[in-house]
Formats: sequence, structure tokens, C-alpha cells
Amino acid sequence: MDMRTTYMGLKLKHPVVVAASPLTGNIDKIKRAEDAGAAAIVMFSIFEEQLRQEAAMLESALTAGTDSFAESLSYFPRSDDFSVKPEAYLKLIERASTECDIPVIGSLNGITNEGWINYAQSIEQAGAKGLELNIYWIATDSHMSAADVEQRYLDIIRAVKSAVKIPVALKLSPFFSSMANFARRVDEAGIDALVLFNRFYQPDFDIEEREVAPHLSLSSAGEIRLPLLWIALLYGRVRCSLAASRGVQSAAEIVKYLMAGADIVTSASALLHHGVGYLSTLVNDLEFWMREHEYDSVEQLKGCMSQKHVEDPTAFERANYIKTLGSYIAQMRNPR
Amino acid sequence: MKTKIAIIDGNEATTHAAYPTAEVCAIYPITPSSNMGELADQWASEGRKNLWGTVPLVAEMQSEGGAAGAVHGALQTGALATTFTASQGLLLMIPNMYKIAGELTPAVFHVSARALAAQGLSIFGDHQDVMATRGTGFAMLCACSVQECMDMALIAQAATLKARVPFIHFFDGFRTSHEVNKVTLLSRDEIRAMIDDDLVLAHRQRALNPERPVIRGTAQNPDVYFQSRETVNAFYQATPRIVEDTMAQFARIVGRQYGLFEYFGAPDADRVMILMGSGAETAHETVEHLLKTGEKVGYIRVRLFRPFSVHHFLAALPATTRSLAILDRTKEPGSAGEPLYQDVITALVEGASNHTLPMNAMPRVIGGRYGLSSKEFTPAMVKAVFDELKKEEPKNHFTIGIDDDVTKTSLPFDPHFIIEPDQVVRAMFYGLGADGTVGANKNSIKIIGEETDFYTQGYFVYDSKKSGSQTVSHLRFGPNPIRSAYLIQSANFIGCHQFNFLEKTDILKNAAPGCVFLLNSPFGADEVWNRIPARAQKQILDKKMKFFVIDAYRVARENGMGTRINTVMQTCFFAISGVLPRDEAIAQIKKAIEKTYGRKGEDVVRKNFEAVDQTLAHLHEVAIGGSLTGAPIPPVLSPKAPDFLQKVTARMMAGLGDELPVSAMPVDGTYPSGTAKWEKRNISQEIPVWLPDICTQCGMCALVCPHSVIRVKNCSESALADAPESLKSAPLRGKDVPPDARYVLQVFAEDCTGCSLCVSVCPVKHKEVSGRRAINMEDKAPHLEAEIANVNYFETLSAAVPGAVDLTMAKDLQYLDPLFEFSGACAGCGETPYLKIVSQMFGERMLVANATGCSSIYGGNLPTTPWTHNADGRGPAWSNSLFEDNAEFGFGYRLTLDKHTEFARELLANLGGVLGDAMVREILDAPQRSRADLIAQRARVEALKNQLRAIDRPEAKHLLPLADHLVRRSIWIIGGDGWAYDIGYGGLDHVLASGRDVNVLVLDTEVYSNTGGQMSKSTPRGAVAKFAASGKQTAKKDLGLLAVAYGNVYVARVAMGANPRQTLRAIAEAEAYDGPSLIIAYSHCIAHGIDMALGFKQQKLAVDCGHWPLYRHNPALAGQGQNPFQLDSKPPTTSLRDYAYNEVRYRMLSHSAPEEAARLLELAQEDVNKRWRAHADLAARTS
Repeated sequence: MDMRTTYMGLKLKHPVVVAASPLTGNIDKIKRAEDAGAAAIVMFSIFEEQLRQEAAMLESALTAGTDSFAESLSYFPRSDDFSVKPEAYLKLIERASTECDIPVIGSLNGITNEGWINYAQSIEQAGAKGLELNIYWIATDSHMSAADVEQRYLDIIRAVKSAVKIPVALKLSPFFSSMANFARRVDEAGIDALVLFNRFYQPDFDIEEREVAPHLSLSSAGEIRLPLLWIALLYGRVRCSLAASRGVQSAAEIVKYLMAGADIVTSASALLHHGVGYLSTLVNDLEFWMREHEYDSVEQLKGCMSQKHVEDPTAFERANYIKTLGSYIAQMRNPR
Repeated sequence: MKTKIAIIDGNEATTHAAYPTAEVCAIYPITPSSNMGELADQWASEGRKNLWGTVPLVAEMQSEGGAAGAVHGALQTGALATTFTASQGLLLMIPNMYKIAGELTPAVFHVSARALAAQGLSIFGDHQDVMATRGTGFAMLCACSVQECMDMALIAQAATLKARVPFIHFFDGFRTSHEVNKVTLLSRDEIRAMIDDDLVLAHRQRALNPERPVIRGTAQNPDVYFQSRETVNAFYQATPRIVEDTMAQFARIVGRQYGLFEYFGAPDADRVMILMGSGAETAHETVEHLLKTGEKVGYIRVRLFRPFSVHHFLAALPATTRSLAILDRTKEPGSAGEPLYQDVITALVEGASNHTLPMNAMPRVIGGRYGLSSKEFTPAMVKAVFDELKKEEPKNHFTIGIDDDVTKTSLPFDPHFIIEPDQVVRAMFYGLGADGTVGANKNSIKIIGEETDFYTQGYFVYDSKKSGSQTVSHLRFGPNPIRSAYLIQSANFIGCHQFNFLEKTDILKNAAPGCVFLLNSPFGADEVWNRIPARAQKQILDKKMKFFVIDAYRVARENGMGTRINTVMQTCFFAISGVLPRDEAIAQIKKAIEKTYGRKGEDVVRKNFEAVDQTLAHLHEVAIGGSLTGAPIPPVLSPKAPDFLQKVTARMMAGLGDELPVSAMPVDGTYPSGTAKWEKRNISQEIPVWLPDICTQCGMCALVCPHSVIRVKNCSESALADAPESLKSAPLRGKDVPPDARYVLQVFAEDCTGCSLCVSVCPVKHKEVSGRRAINMEDKAPHLEAEIANVNYFETLSAAVPGAVDLTMAKDLQYLDPLFEFSGACAGCGETPYLKIVSQMFGERMLVANATGCSSIYGGNLPTTPWTHNADGRGPAWSNSLFEDNAEFGFGYRLTLDKHTEFARELLANLGGVLGDAMVREILDAPQRSRADLIAQRARVEALKNQLRAIDRPEAKHLLPLADHLVRRSIWIIGGDGWAYDIGYGGLDHVLASGRDVNVLVLDTEVYSNTGGQMSKSTPRGAVAKFAASGKQTAKKDLGLLAVAYGNVYVARVAMGANPRQTLRAIAEAEAYDGPSLIIAYSHCIAHGIDMALGFKQQKLAVDCGHWPLYRHNPALAGQGQNPFQLDSKPPTTSLRDYAYNEVRYRMLSHSAPEEAARLLELAQEDVNKRWRAHADLAARTS
């Protein structure tokens, strides 16, 4: 069985990759992921905003009360030693790249142009084989048009692409009014892969405390529908690689994503839930399914259910919506 | 070889020479010497090596006594050992100093000389501390400037090895220790060349060594002690020559020549002044000036004070000298004269008797005191002393610099005699501690000092308050070395970084004619003239000043820098002062920003850069108006303030304390309480605003307010009939409440520091607006006028508090007056809420023994103090003895109270026949536990006192002043963890073991807060602190369980942010317990590196994660067959990390050494787990 795949030029032994998550938080975890058979790993993200907040917090706490009272002109040891630059992160990439045989892909969430460029270059210099841009940002400004939003993405891509030589993936949110058009433009801007989709931070309310509360839950199998749709639609229509993210619970979801046209499938939630060792189960089950269904290679499976390859392309468009709705109504009428 | 210059202060200069010549440093923090030890620790943690290629060991001890003991031990075992100290710290070292000297052990103690606590404590500089040690046998070598600090530190070390006599190397605290000056650094090679390794080896050879054992430190009897004591004479006789030779050696190697006594002045001077320390620099500058006017004057700078070399002294004295003035920066009450005066007199008399005097006749000699506690010593004062020497009958035992209108010691001086050189740029900056002014000025000095040939000097004057404090920076730049060791008297640049300072302080008092004035103003160039006070307008016009304005807050805000206006104001200074070409200055500022903030992230650097670029566009020159349109300066104090405050305190508040004469000062250090309330500081831009309609009247906001700004009363509706319309009230909630009862909550807006802790604890949630509470922070300005009127009315509102209130309920306690209010503690202080609560509960019968530290500073630092009294005039009686003795000091209170109470009861019993047995029995047998009991007893005692006044019997006469003891008094021994865990632990342990009824309150910040964040034994593992720059390696000491082990001590561990009810219960139970009580109170602190507004949330997390288990151990329960140990918090529900990593003290290490941080955090989590198990085991016992 030929399980190999190619993802933005990187040759991988199979299509199952560890997604950006706490699973790549330190060298031991990264090694455990490799031991479990991961084809590649995507590092957890550098959040430029977090670094800025940390810097601001340190600056504020270290200067509070200083040079005010003669007896206590400072409250902490003088230290030129500490830094809020992402040195620990970069060192981790460096170690992982040296000590592991599988490709290590950096992940970056910037908020300024300098942030994107500087950190991208640092990640490249640290030895990452690729870079995932995680544009994790909600367009709340009512004066900003959809075109402005898209332009911002394109600007970032061009800036980063011109700054680094390693392949660059873009992890997108699904909230674009014309995803196909936007994907094409991103592709034309030179992106090497699209990762569909990121799981947007959507705050919850604490109704007792009456506060907006951060909330992050692990993804479920039902969440594959949206990425599945868009991978199936984009397969063969964009030059770049496609990565599926969200909702992988078993090999079934991996099969579906590959059928839609994904080059790789990333998993975090299932591995966090079951432990990283579950990755080998996913790969084995995928191989078993392919063998059962007489596929010879991942390449053979890839895109077989994409819009380009299904006999009725409209099944992915409005008719598909009607069909879904119909099946839902049928379910309601005949509850199981 | 190119010399390396540096812009550093005296402490750093000293450490530069002391560190590489040491193997062991045993240290303990004390102002103003702390940062020498801190630097040594810092450099050791960075791996910096000494001359012999090894990193010195730096150990923080539990006290200076401990540090001296450790140094003694290290010396005896052959190490080159040193310590850094000052003031009371040096006094604690005296016993060991006798030993070290008696055993002829080479060592140097570096001392930033400081005043001693007498009628009051002072952290500032004079020579009282070093002079108190002159009997120890240490040689005493004085440095007079920052450069000399470095040079004398090295000369002392080189000389002590040769002489075997130990040295104190000292210099003036603050004036030299904290003055930033441009110095030439000693190179490693120069230091190396000064130290003779053969002498180092000889020192090691004398070490205690079991391979060649000796006995040292014997007990000696009358037969040999005397002779043994005389054995050292030859060493002392040799020492001056050794120091002289070492100075010559230094001159050969380094190029700077020093002498034991250095004369400067007219070769044929008839009047000569003798002094040591920074005052010598001022004397030098003045003599230089007077010589130009033809005066025949000179001065001798004393470097080696002890051993005092009569030979060298007489050799330094011009033969033409006819009169001498000896100035001592110390005071020895009752002596025939101060130490230098006495030694000089002795030298002269000896010279006269053995015919070695350089002059034919004995000169006339006078001695005087100057500069105590960093009192200014100016050229005018130097001149006044020389003028006095001209007189036929000059005043002896004079003082200079003050107005002694009582014993008439003071010499008059002309304050207008100012000799600031024209070629020196003299710039003064008035800023807020929080706005970064001092930091920016230190940067400016570095820029100018390092990038130009200018010599630079910076000196900084700080406030007596820890919040909202004013700083005044004095910067000098000039082509020649700057000797002016006094504040700027005539400034050619003045920057005022806070607009409202113009009203509070006479900012332009020191402006020279043509001075450039820069004002941070919310009003633009076209509007500002009419907004500044008439006083400032007049000064600007009279002195023909140039006036510039900038809205620095706006520029800072718009560039994301919040209230840090330092960069903006610094840029303005360079733009208009002309010290450097503008473009070069801007480039240098940016370079400095990069250096200062580079490690803190690019964002911080970028914001500062943008602020620099934006500044010039917002800087405008003001067209000076021709008329005085501004407002007059309002009075400092309300006319209602008492007489003493009007005459004395108000002058200090206005910055005119220097002008107060001796007669204005209390003779014994006794001051009225309750003065903070008169100082309306208005330091906050925001205040809490109450929403009465949704308030549940729980009292939490009032309970936690660290500054006692939120006050509550209840009264009838009719009592509010003439209240201002703006006064807010709500129907009083609760059972059995009269229908017209009103609840009034008043924020004392002018006293609020804006910490917002009240908002953080409010449990009410607004139904319509998420995040709003029943009390919320709002801009103060729109509310201020109304709130002042409301406060005035509120203060007149009488509201009796029933005796039956439950002191353990915040909703009841809120009605009791806090007798600790409006302190100058940091905004959002975690300590002061506990003090306020104790004062509410017991204030009117409370005595406080307060250890030196934060609580003694915000509690007792003049001009105004927070401990106050109620409407009846009763309130806490407060005193501070020292740092190390506080438990014993409070124990002394107890002994007196026990004795006087017993005596009063005896006298009362004896008077039974006169007073009536019923009355006597009623008083003697009265229960005195509840508040109601005590109110009833006070009434009985008042009746008794009335009767006693009419009884003409000796018992009555003695009983009358003691009768108040018949109302049970409450003794509180209060201090921080530095005192309780470290320096005072021995005494505390003894007092707890005594079984006597005292209440000990430990305000535990887990660090030495007052001296700037040094590690104590309370510091938890993994936290970064000074002396633990790599994270504390050992676990926090469990003071509570140590006390529990005694069995008869009431012990409670509390954190009011986690469980206020438990805190209140513990305090009430501790006070009620008839025996020793210890309350350890978690106190969040600015030294934790937290947002102080979240202090109580951190307290809760500290408890939730198990770092701070809450418990009460009440031995009284054991008597009832119950387990005395009661755990009041639940098993940990979260990890230590969730709590710790909200604080920079833990987080810092995760940035500098992530793996070490993770290791220590893991160990600290184990500490927490173990501690919890230990507490849970105790709580699980059946009895």
C-alpha cells in the first residue's frame, strides 16, 4: 500500500499530521508524536498579540512603583537576562528539527506586518520545513468592507512569501462570502497550501457571572462537513495543496477528506482525547479501509469525491442544500 | 590604555571595586546600602568572577548581626569576606566588629553612612552610624564622591591586607551612594595590581584549619586581658603609613593621587575648615570661589579618620592658620564635642605640647554640626562658617543649616550666596513616581555623559509617600568635574511634568534669570497662560523665562504608552535645552530606548520611538502674557486643622520643612495622631462611584478599601434633611430596621488613590450592563465638587453604632470608624486593609508596636500619618522602636499594662471603703470580652475617675492616671515578614513562648517590600526576588506551624481576598484569646509584579491552589475537648501554576530560564501538596 502524499512540496510517509495544538508543546511531546507515527507536525502557534501582551505586562509590572520612593527604587532584580521574544519557541523548533526525522511546520499568528515577517523569518531560520499562517482575526470594524478584509489576507501572504523560502500554508476561517474566488486569489498570491478551516474563537457567556467567557471545546466528527465541502469544491481548481482540519475522530473522516481532495489531514482533538498514540490507530485504520476497498495508494483515493470528479457537480451546490434539508425533514418525521 | 568611563552611583562604584576582591559577601538589605549587596548578588548570579577567577559566594542573612557573624566566620576560615550596610545595620554589627578587629583580621565593610533612629527614624545620610563604631578598632576611610567610592573601596581592601586592621569604607548615604556621576572605571588590571597575593595567602594561612589547629577567641582573665588588648598597638601605629603608601601605589597604577588629609586653599590661609564626606566637595567648590575674591581660606579633607594620625594631620595644616572650624556630620549629645572635633583638638594639644604644631600659637578652634539626615550643606553655609571664623569670639559647638532658636547654636547664612558655575547646565524636573521621570533623567545623564565630553551629575529627591509620590530630579552637565554636592539652587532649565504641581509646589522658586520652563499641560500654548497660578506667572515675568508646553499625556496615550510620559518629556528637554544638537539627541534617545526596552519586546520599543517622533510636533512655545491673570495659591490646609498642623505640618507639606526652627519641633519625637485626613492629596484621576439602587449594603467595598476612603453610616431620613442634594443614600436593608432608616455610603474622593479594589470585590452585578457593579470607577473631575460637599456633610452626620454589632460580619463592621485612614501606602496595598479592620474593631483601646518596614513608613512617616482617633479622642497609640526588636518592644507594653492593671486593681480594692464596695466589685468583676461589655466598663471607669478627682488620698491620686487600665487594652505587635520570619524571629519566638496576652499581626508579602523586594524566608520557592535572582531555591518557612507547635498560641492564617469572614473571625478570636496570638495575613504587594487591582483575586487563587491554606488554631478549644486546629479552606482546586504565573515574580524566571522555572514550579507544587497534607492531618485530629 502506498500511503505517501505530498504536501506543499514536502514528501510525507502518509497523510496524517499532528495539528497545531498543545500536542506539540515541548520536545518530549513532539517526540512522542513522531514515535506514534505522525507524518509531520505543525507546531503550536506563536501569537504575536500574546507576546505583545506579555511584554506590556512585564513592562508595567516591572516599572510599577519604581523610582518613586527612596527606599524601594525598584522591586525586582536588574535583569538583562529575560526576554519576551519567542526564543523558547524557536529553540523548540530548532531541537525538534534536529532531533526528529519528520518535517516540523511552524505556525504563526501575527497582528502586524513586522510581526508576520520577522517571526516567519525566525521560524525559517530555526529549521522549520514549512510555515502555517493562522490568521485568527475577526473583522469587527463595520467600516471595513469584505474586499478590505480579503486584501489584508493577501497582503500578509505576499509579505511572508517574499520574506521566506520555505513553503507557506494559510489556515483560513470559513467566513468568506466568496470562498472559491478568495481561494483562487490566495492561490495566485503564491500560497503553497490552504488549511481548511481554523476553529474560530467564539466566546461563550457565563450567565451566572454575566461575563463573556472564553470557551474552547474539542472538535467533533460533525464538524467535518464545512471543510469537506470546500476541499471537494477546491480540489483541482487551485494549484496549492489542501489540508483538512477539524472533526477527525476516526479513519472514516480521513477517508472522506482524502476523497474530497485533501493532501493531508490534521488532527488534534482526537489525539488530545485519546492520547497521541491514537495516531497510529488512525493510520492503521486508514490503511485497513483502503485495503478493504482495494485502493492501492493515497493518490488514487485523493479527490475521487471532489466536485471535479463526481458525475453530478451540482450535488455540491444548491441541490445539495435541498437534499440535506430534505433528509433532515425526513429524519424529523421518522425519528430514530 | 583607553580609560573607560561610566555613569553610575556611589553604591555601584563601591561594588565595582569590592566585588572582584571578595570571595564571600554576607549581606542584609538596609537603605541606602541595599543595592551594593543586590549588585553583588546579581553579578554572582550572572557568573561574574573575582580577581582569582572564581565567582564570589553571596549569602543573604537574617539580619546585619547575622551578616557580621557570617563575615567573621568566613574571615576566620580564610576567605576574603565583606559586607555592605548602614545605620541600624551597622550598629548590629558592632559586637562582631570588636572581634574582627581584636583578632587583627583584614576585611572591609562598605557603609553608605546614614542617620540613626533616635527621636525618629531617618533613612538619609550622615555619619552617626559610622561614628558609633569608632571604638571597635576598625580603621575608617571616607570617600567624598562617587569616584572616590570606587577608589577608596580598593585602597581600603589593599591596605587592610597589609595592615591586618579591618576597615570601614564609608561615604554619605544618598548624597553619594545615590548620586549618579561620571566616573573613570578601574580596570581589572588596575584592581589586580593593587592586591598583593602574598598577603592574600598570608590571610589564608592564618585561617582556622584542623591540619594545624589553634584556639582563637579564648576567655581571658584579669591577669592577661589588658596586656593582650595592647598587643595590637603596633598595627594601629603602622596603619596610617600603610594607607599613605597604598594611596601612593594607587597613584602610580591608576594616576589619581589621594592623601590621608588633603589641604586645599590659600597657601597662607588664616582660616581653615576640616571635614569629611561629600561636604568636602562643596567646601572645595566654595573655597575655590572665595580664593578668587581674595579670601585667605582653605579646608582639609579627612580621608583616614581612624587611626587618626596626628603627624599627618599637623603636616597638612598651613602654618598660617589662625582659626579652625571642624565640621562633624553627626551628633553626640552630652559629649564635649563631636568625634572629628575631639580628635583635632587632641592633635592640636599634643602638637602644642610636643612642639610639633606648624604654627607658632595654638589656633582658635570651633566645632559644629551640619547635614544631619541629608540636610543640605551649601556654599552659603561653608561661607557662613568661614565668616564666623573671622569673628573675635566665634561660636563654638555651632550648627549650620538650621535655625536653632532654642539653644541658639545655629549660624546664620545668606541663602542668596549661590555660586553655581555659569558653564554648567542645571536642570530640575518635577515628576510623579509613576510617570517615569526619574528613569528618563537617568537615561539623559547616560546619553550626555557617554556621548559627550561633558561631566554629568544626577541626584533625585523622592517623596515620603509610596503612592502618588512627587520626584524632583537635579541634573547638572558641564565641562569640568561636578563637585556640587547639594541640590540645584539656580536652575536654567525646569521641567514640570504634572500640571497640578504648580499649585502644590513652588516649582519655579529655583529658576535662574532666563530659565527655560517646560510644562506638561492639558492646555495649549494659547490657553495655558491664564491657567497657571499667579505665583508662577509672576516668576516667569520677573525672571524673563522662556515657556514651553506640551500635552505629554496626549502624546503618550496616542502612542499606546498610557501614562508613561517619560520619553515624551525627555525628548522635549533635549529639543529645547540645547545640551546636544537636536538630531543627535533624538538619535541618542532612540538608542537608549532600544537598550532599555529592547529585551521587553519590539512593541515597547516601537511605541517609544513613535512617541519621540510625535513629540516635537506637539511642543510649543508660549507667548508670555503681560498680566497676572492666574489664581492665587490656595492654603495648604483647611483652616479647621488644629494649631500644630497649621504651624508645623503645613510647612512640611508645602516643602518648607527646612525653614522650621528647632522650637517648632516636639522635643521627644511625639506627634499628634490623625493628621493624614488633613492632607487632601487628590492623586487619582478616577474614583469609585456608588449606585445605591442596586447595592446590597454588604460592606465589602468599605471592608477592603486599603485607604479607608469608603465610609458608611446609617441614620434616619430626617437626619439627612439638610444634606446636599448630591449626597447619596438608600433605604437601610435588614431585619427589624426602622422604616425611615437610611444607608449612606460616602467616597472620600480627595483621598482615593484609584486602586479599584472596591470594584473588584463588589458582588453585585448590574442587570442591564454587563461588567457594571454597585460601585464603579469613573472620572473624578465631574464628581469632585459635589463629593467634597458630600464628605463635609457626611463628617457631621452623627450615627451611633450599637454595642451589639457583630465584629465578624463585614455588614456590621462597616459602621465602625476606621482609625487608620488615608495612608501613603501604594495604591491598592494588600497590608493596609488588615490594619484598618483591626483599628475598627479595637482602635479606641489599642496600642501598636510597629516593626520598621512598609507599615512603619506608611504608618509613621512625616509629615502626615494615618493612625487617628475617634470623635471622643480615643484611638490607637502607636510607636516604632526598631526592625529587629518589635516583638520584644510590644512585649514591654504588655509588661507595663499587666503591672499597671494589677496595681490599679489593687488601688481600687483599697479604696473600696471610700468608693463603695459595690462599685469596686462591679468594675473588678466586669466581663470585658464583647464590645458591649467594654462600652459598659468604660462608662463605669469614667464614673470612677469622676469620683477619684474628689478624693484626697494617695491611692486615689495614683489610681486616677491608671484607671483607664481597668478597661481591657489591646496590644498589637505589627510588622512584615522580613521582621517576623527573619530579623525579629528570635524575639517573636520568645514572646509567643511567654504565654502573655499579645496579638501579633504579620503582614506577609513574602518579600522585603520596603527596601525594594529582597528575599525573606517567607518568599516561596521559585519566586524571583533580589538576592534570589535565579528564583528562590528553598521552600517558604512555615511560621504558623512553628507557632502552633507551642500549643498555647492562637494562630491563624488569613487572606481576606479569599475569605473575609474567616479573616474577621480570626482577628476577633485572636484578640479575645487570653494569651499570645499570631495572625499571618496574606498581603498582595507591588513587589509581586501584579496588577494591584486584582490583588484580592490573587489572594483567592493563592488559597484555591493550596499555597495559602486558611486555618485557625485556637488553644481555647482544646480546653473544651475539641481539636484546636480548624482548616478553613478546601483542598486545592487548581494548580499552583494557575496562581503563580499571574505574577511577574514567578513569571520572570520562565522567560530567563524556562527549564529552571519549570523545575522550581514542580518543586513548589510539591511544597504545596506537602503543606496541605500536613494541615489536613492536623485538622483531622479528634482533639
